Amino acid sequence: MRGLAVPLIALAVLLALPALLTPYTQDLVVRIAIYAIFALSLELLVGMTGLVSLGHAAFLGIGAYATVLVSGDAGASLGKVLVIGIPAAAVYALFVGALSLRTRGVYFIMVTLAFAQMAYFVAHDTKLGGGSDGIFLYVKPVIEFGGTTLLSLDDRRHLYYTVIAALVATYALLALVGRSRFGHALAGIRVNEQRMRAAGFATYWYKLAAFVIAGSIAALAGVLLATKDGAVNPELMSWHESGAVLLMLILGGIGSLRGAVIGAAAFTLLKELFQAEALIGPLASHWQLSLGLAIIAFVALLPKGLIGLRARLTGAAHG
Amino acid sequence: MLLVDLATFLVQCLNAVQYGLLLFLVASGLTLIFGIMGVINLAHGSFYMIGAYLAFALAPYFGDWFVTRLIVGVLLAAGFGYLLEWAFFSFLYRREHLQQVLLTYALILVFEELRSILVGNDVHGVPAPSWLSGSFPLGELMSYPWYRVFASVACIVVALALYWVVNRTRLGMMIRAGASNRDMVRGLGIDIRLLYRVVFAGGVALAALAGMIAAPLSSVYPGMGGSVLIICFVVVVIGGIGSITGALIASLLVGFVDTFGKVFFAEYSGVFVYLLMAVILVWRPEGLMKRGY
Repeated sequence: MRGLAVPLIALAVLLALPALLTPYTQDLVVRIAIYAIFALSLELLVGMTGLVSLGHAAFLGIGAYATVLVSGDAGASLGKVLVIGIPAAAVYALFVGALSLRTRGVYFIMVTLAFAQMAYFVAHDTKLGGGSDGIFLYVKPVIEFGGTTLLSLDDRRHLYYTVIAALVATYALLALVGRSRFGHALAGIRVNEQRMRAAGFATYWYKLAAFVIAGSIAALAGVLLATKDGAVNPELMSWHESGAVLLMLILGGIGSLRGAVIGAAAFTLLKELFQAEALIGPLASHWQLSLGLAIIAFVALLPKGLIGLRARLTGAAHG
Repeated sequence: MLLVDLATFLVQCLNAVQYGLLLFLVASGLTLIFGIMGVINLAHGSFYMIGAYLAFALAPYFGDWFVTRLIVGVLLAAGFGYLLEWAFFSFLYRREHLQQVLLTYALILVFEELRSILVGNDVHGVPAPSWLSGSFPLGELMSYPWYRVFASVACIVVALALYWVVNRTRLGMMIRAGASNRDMVRGLGIDIRLLYRVVFAGGVALAALAGMIAAPLSSVYPGMGGSVLIICFVVVVIGGIGSITGALIASLLVGFVDTFGKVFFAEYSGVFVYLLMAVILVWRPEGLMKRGY
């Protein structure tokens, strides 16, 4: 149970926070939590299965677009949005995974990237998704029961707790997957796929299942992101977004769920910092430059991420 | 009527070949850098962008001395690539693919922001030289600009030169050996670091040349490197990593699919190239030419 202490304390703090935060910081926490869900979904592929995907943003985008398209002008219930958005992403993940998992290593990186780009072009070039400007979400999802609105995601605090609940559920699900037989098989595939196959595992199907689950969770993050922002645009699916989420993983440290959450927080805060004119002055308009240089420094100096930093410090202290 | 259609068809074929050949210049460098050094270089599209902006920046100094401008630009780009390999990429070889992806991703952010600081975010036109400004008639109604003909011919000349270097020179021998077995080349006492540096500089020069040739056709704009990069990934995946012949076949295939996709299904044209890739992957997961020349 020792491993649970830190996440539980973090959860308690998160639940108490809305009472203390300004609307701006509350939004920031929501953003971090959504990206944490997104990063966790990729951790299932990269950290647990050893598959580096550079096209994960496609699934985030499908979830987000589904939210807006299902809601339309009249709005929709959260249940309907989830029931359409997540399977839509899962179906695309099944298609992309079935093809791209035939390849490995660097091919896999490039092929996932290319398929995400395909989704990007569908959103960008066709009338389906409002073209390059995207679409607004006029009415945010609600949960109604017998005529009374139990939960309206238009309400900042309702959104906050919904997102935190989604994060906890995702974290718990992936923690369970990691401990399950399925998770152990994925770990085996990461370490030595040849041996797993020799041991009688149909590794292709295991990887495909992981790919579809990861895509579905990313779609959940997409649903929440579209709800939070109240709009979607094709940039959600761009490869910059796919690169950013990989970056969150490596910032936090690959190979642990906690690392994914820490990385999402670190990346979001770093980006916020570099864009804050009050803090760094005129450099803020060139935030990509600072971010790029920071990434290079991070990856060069901390190849194991922020999680590895602690191990390194304590390791140094011991000898 | 039939004649007009034939002329349209011809023009589209010429466009497809020209686009495919430009892609080949960028993709050949990408596939070589990956095949030989094992580095996934997301920043390769930036070199195309840098070439295009170089054409824009150099244009006022050279006027109609277009070919001189190209040569000067290529030399500058090669020098830049040589330095960049020394200062940055030489540290990537021993890293995992994931870290290479992130470091070169960061490099794109840096290049894009530097571009915005130096040149700004406006779209700029780059004039074609006046001696290439006309067009020749094709059929009764159509005509085809000479500059596009020049672009195709220039790409073919470069492709032939590349073929000659790779297949007929000692350097090419080392490149081919490096692409099929890096460790053996190192074991044979060839200065692998110098080979890497030369190949990288060559790849940068090719991408920049493509950018310079494309600049008068497409004008120069922010983010132009990104779209080329992704298409070139598709080309490399279809052609097979490390294979120049594969890259050539794949570039032309992509050129035709993209051009005719735009003619017949304007709205969904962006999707066809990726569908082509999907089909080829089902058929041959390692690309058309797996590690061969």
